[in-house]
Order: sequence, then C-alpha cells, then structure tokens
Amino acid sequence: MRKRNSLIILIVLAAMLVGSGLASARTQIDFWFSLSGQLGDKVEQLVKSFNESQDEFEVVAFFRGTYEESMTAAIAAYRAGNAPHVLQVYEVGTQTMLLSGAIYPVYQLMEDYDIDIDWNDFVGSVLGYYTHEGNLYSLPFNSSTPIFFYNKDIFAAAGLDPEKPPTTWQEVEEYSKQIMDAGLARYGFTTGWPGGYLIENAFAWHGVPFASHGNGFESLNAELLINSEFGIEHVSTLARWQKEGVFNYGGRGDSANWIFFNEEAAMMMHSSALIGSMMQSDINWGAGMIPHWGDPYPKTNTIIGGATLWVMNGHKSEEYRGVAEFLNFVAQPEQQAWWHKQTGYVPISIPAAELLEAEGHFETNPYQRVAIDQLNYNEPTADTRGIRLGSFVQIRNIIEEELENIFGGSKSVENGLNDAVKRGNQLIDEFAEIYQ
Amino acid sequence: MSQSVVFKNKWLPYILIAPQIAITIVFFFWPAITSLRLAVYRTTPFGDRTFFVGLQNFRGLLESPQYKQSLITTFVFTACVTLIGVAISLAIALLLNQAVRGRTIYRTAILWPYGVALPIAGILWMFTMHPTFGIVPHYLGDIINFNFDWILNGQAAMLLVIIAAIWTNLGYNVAFFLAGLQAIPKSLIEASLVDGATSLKAIRHITLPLLSPTTFFLLVMNVVYSLFDTFGLIDSVTKGGPGGATEILIYKAYKDGIISLNLGSSAAQSVILMALATLLTVFQFRFIERKVSY
Repeated sequence: MRKRNSLIILIVLAAMLVGSGLASARTQIDFWFSLSGQLGDKVEQLVKSFNESQDEFEVVAFFRGTYEESMTAAIAAYRAGNAPHVLQVYEVGTQTMLLSGAIYPVYQLMEDYDIDIDWNDFVGSVLGYYTHEGNLYSLPFNSSTPIFFYNKDIFAAAGLDPEKPPTTWQEVEEYSKQIMDAGLARYGFTTGWPGGYLIENAFAWHGVPFASHGNGFESLNAELLINSEFGIEHVSTLARWQKEGVFNYGGRGDSANWIFFNEEAAMMMHSSALIGSMMQSDINWGAGMIPHWGDPYPKTNTIIGGATLWVMNGHKSEEYRGVAEFLNFVAQPEQQAWWHKQTGYVPISIPAAELLEAEGHFETNPYQRVAIDQLNYNEPTADTRGIRLGSFVQIRNIIEEELENIFGGSKSVENGLNDAVKRGNQLIDEFAEIYQ
Repeated sequence: MSQSVVFKNKWLPYILIAPQIAITIVFFFWPAITSLRLAVYRTTPFGDRTFFVGLQNFRGLLESPQYKQSLITTFVFTACVTLIGVAISLAIALLLNQAVRGRTIYRTAILWPYGVALPIAGILWMFTMHPTFGIVPHYLGDIINFNFDWILNGQAAMLLVIIAAIWTNLGYNVAFFLAGLQAIPKSLIEASLVDGATSLKAIRHITLPLLSPTTFFLLVMNVVYSLFDTFGLIDSVTKGGPGGATEILIYKAYKDGIISLNLGSSAAQSVILMALATLLTVFQFRFIERKVSY
C-alpha cells in the first residue's frame, strides 16, 4: 500500500517537472493592467491572441487594481527589484514615469530590437500628449476622450429632435429646462470625472491654457491658470446650473453614471470608452461632441485620457525582445481596430482608422466616430495638446475638492478656483524642487 | 499571595512567546521604524532621489489648512461614532436583556450588521441614501421636502458616514453589553426593587456602575475603530469628499501616500497617528480606568 502511494507521488512529481520544463521553454513577460469588468476581459483576450500568435514568449497579464493601486504596487515591486516588464499607467502619471529613472523608453526598445514602427502613423493628439523630447517613451494603449451622451427617448418626449444633440452650452441649458419643465427628468445633465472633463477638457476645447509653459510641457515650473476669466465664467455658470438642476454634480470618477442610466438626467458628459457599456444598457442613447461656449473662443480639440504601456528597466535582454514583440503586436492596425470596436477607445494609429473606415464600421456605428472627430477637430496648439504636470494626480484631486466646495455653496467661485491654483502651484513647486 | 506557575525549562517561556514577538516585530515595529525614517526624508515615488529634510514634512503638515481640517474632522467623527454608538448600544442591550417574546430573533437581528464587511456596509448605505436613486432621500424628499445631498453637502456626508459606522459596529457593542449585563446578579436588582427603587434608579445605581468595565472597554475599542478601521467605509462611500469634509486622518495618510505618492508627508502623518493612538491609550488607561469599578 505504502509503496503504491510513493509510486504515485513519484509520478506526480515527475509530471510536474516535465510540466514546469515545458512552461519555462517560453520566456515569461509580466504585464500589469488596471482595466476591470468588460474592458479587463478584452485585455486578457488581446494577450491571449498574442500568446497564440507565437510560441517563444508568454505574456502573463495580472489585474492589479485601479490605476493608483497598480502604480503603487509597481513602485514597491521596482524598489524590491521585481518590477513587471510592462505596466499600464494612466495619463496623469506620465510626468512621474518620465522622470522616474525606472523605465526603458519604448522608442529606444523598438530601435534596440529592430522593430520597425513608423511613429508618424500615430494619431496627432495621442502623439502630442505622450511625446517627450520628440520621442514616444510609452506605447499609447487605451485612449479616450469625453463625449456628450444623451437620452433619445427623453429628447423625443420633450419635443426635441432625438437625432440632434446640443452643440453649445447655451443649447444644453435650453434643452435641460425644456426637459425638466416637462417633468421628464430631474436634471439636465451630469458628468463623470469632473476635474478631467469640466476643467481640463473644457479648457482645451476652447483653446484656453490650463497651465503656463504650454500646460507644463515646456517647464517643470508651470503655474495653474484655471482661475482665468474663462475659468471663472465657466464654473460660475455650472454653479448656477447646479442650483437650478440643469447640472447635477454626481461625484468623482464614474459615480455619476447611475444618474444617467436611471434616467434622472437626460445628458451626461463621459468617456468615449463608456460606449461599450452604453450598448449593453437599455437606454436609447446617442452621442455628440462636448458643448462649446461659442464666441470669442475657438473650437480647438479635446485631449486624450486613458493610459499607456510603460516598459520598466532592469530585465534581461531576452525578455525585452518579447516585450518589443508584444508591444508591436498591440500597435498593429488589426489589433487596434479590434480593440476600438470592442471598447470604444479610439484607434491610436491612422492605418487602424483607415482599416475601420474601409470596413464601413463608422457607417454602422456613427457614435464611435465622435471622439475621433473631436480629437482632430483642429490642429492642437501648445495649450491644447495635453497637460503635463508633476503631482498631477493630486492636482486633479484638489481641483475636484474645490469644485465640490463651489457647487456645494461653501466657497465662492473665485475663492474656490484661487485656492485650487494656490494649492496646485505649491505641489508643482515641490515637485520641481525635487527634480532639479 | 498569588499563585504563579514556574516553567521548569528556562527557555520554554521564551519559545512560547517567540511567535507573538516575531509577529509584533515584523508587522508593527519594522513598519513603525520605516515610517519614522521615511518621515524625515523627501523622496521621489520610485526612490531614485532622496533628500534628508529633517522635520520639514511635519512642519508642512502643521502649516497646512487641509491637515488642520482633517484633525477636526477626525475628532468630530470619532467622538460621534464612539459616544452615540456606545449610548445607543447600551440602550438596545438593556432592552434586549428584558424578558420579551422573540428575544433571540431580536438579538440575532441586532448582531447581524457586525458580520458585514465595512466596504460592503458602505456600499449598502450609499445605495439606500444616494441623493438621486436612494430610497431614503426619495421618501424624505416626498414627505418633508428635505434634500439629503451628501455628494455636495459636507455635513450630510459626515452624518452619513457616522450613521454607517455606528450601524456596522452596533452588533459588536451590543454583544459585549449583553454579556456584561448577564454577569450582573439578578438578586441585586431584585433586592433594590424590593427596597422601593424604580427600575430607572436600579439601572443608574446598580447596572451602570457594575457595567463600567465593559463600557470602558467599549469606549476604547470604538475610538480605535473610528480612528483606524473605518477606512474601508470612507473609501467606499465618500472617498473623503465632498471637498475633504469626511477626510479623516487615516484616509488622508492613505490618499497622500498611495494615490499621490507623497511618501514623506504620508509617513509623517502615520507617525502623528501612531503618537496619537499611543497617547490616547495611555490617557484612557491612566485616567479613566481609575474611575472604573471592576
């Protein structure tokens, strides 16, 4: 009896040895990502198709929590000497990553491993946001921009044209009042990511600088400019609308989504990446570009949000070859087109957009075009290509805190925005001090 | 006169407490020392540049209006959760200690919330109290035209997290009070009633003094609970908002350290929190325990 048991154990052990031998034949590449739910499934699907496309490398995708959590985890891992090869980092973390000394620039990686990528194929707004000193340091992965969703049924019931979303803020107010007067919804509109959409994107859309020195691109010593005339007027109107119900502040991040999905609000400013969830909901929805104030402001372009893939340094050359191949795979037009269709993130390369165009994708899915058109509405200027600040995560938090104080009525618009600028500038100074 | 057991083997007691000591060192002393060290440095997120700054991180905190605000918020939150929570629990325990029909059902129902993890409790409260789709504000709005908008109103948000924190810890408090009540000999109370005391007087002069060790223990536990354990609740309901109105110290330390990657300031905050916890414990045991009759 005992003999037979040990024989079984022996066989199992032998099998394990063989198994691990087989597994280690493929070089493992760790990839940490932060997209959850439906988007996370798509990331895993993408990784799976890379693994099936060749037999030399095995990319192992780990979900590491939110963007904040995975970045902190990666920093801890890096300090302990076992960072992942590839890390997905959100746009606000760009400056921190660039100056971290912990990265292997992607353009350098591709050059070193002889992978031919024509960076000029990438969409201008994406390049603009992520290029550093003329090169791409990380590979743009999931890029989105806010668009304006609206509820077609409510529009129709209110006597509005369900195929015509509002294009100006004046129209938003007018439509909202019409809808609310008819008792069709409690509020006119709400928004996700208030700091990112109501401030950062609204400034770029109107060609107004968010911070000095080209929104921080040209110097670490930038200063916030959100208490400018445009900022005060824009936020004052929002604050008035909050009182009237035209606008309803629904909290940070995604917490306002319910207000739209429960039809408490007829319109919502939110990421184009929400299209996937919209399609699965019961709402009869449409989408247009985000509203504009009109003269005297030009309609420029909105800015990219989302994340890029960073390669961490300190790994073996053999592994980096796999990383380069994986990133190259992700950047291919076929994968980009697939990724766009599945998620609503914008295709990051021109060939991918052309491929989608040729397939007739935008004729059947007109709303997936809105984000792309809006990003390319006009040639981005130094004030609208993006924002690059140290401690940007904190600054966005501060802006949202002060917006809450303003909308909640505990601070005046001027005081709130001035405080945001003061607190933000202090962080920018501290960041500059440590990196000079 | 105490009987003490003496181990025959000199090393055995040390071996027996070694696991506990090891755990304390790894999970308490080591992080505590690391925090102390980090608190006097300013460092980049990836740690490639580190500057010794002395007490500058602490000075920065003391000069920051946000930190002062957070201190006040923490004080209000802790005081409310502890005092109101313990008082309500005591009242419920006194009621549950009476011979009523279906007592077991009530007891179970009251103990139940303690089994709910704090972040989940937070989400439950968020859904019931949400100003746009929550059921309670919906009816409140219909009946008394009261708009409970904790998404923008700081005081409403504070009220919400206090209620949720009290609710979650209620079962724990009641369980201890019930145990304490059952340890009080019935004959004492019966004797006082025979002597002509009203039942309120009996509670005041007999039950409460005899219950004071339990009350004292619960006060300490509730302060610790509101200072440190309610993190998950705050994170799932308000994330410290609106405008920092519910940003208690532990949440601020997390936000500055984990989200904003400002490790020096976050470490300084942890050191202050550690000092605060130590002070509170010493204070409570030295000054309050004297008045407790065991």
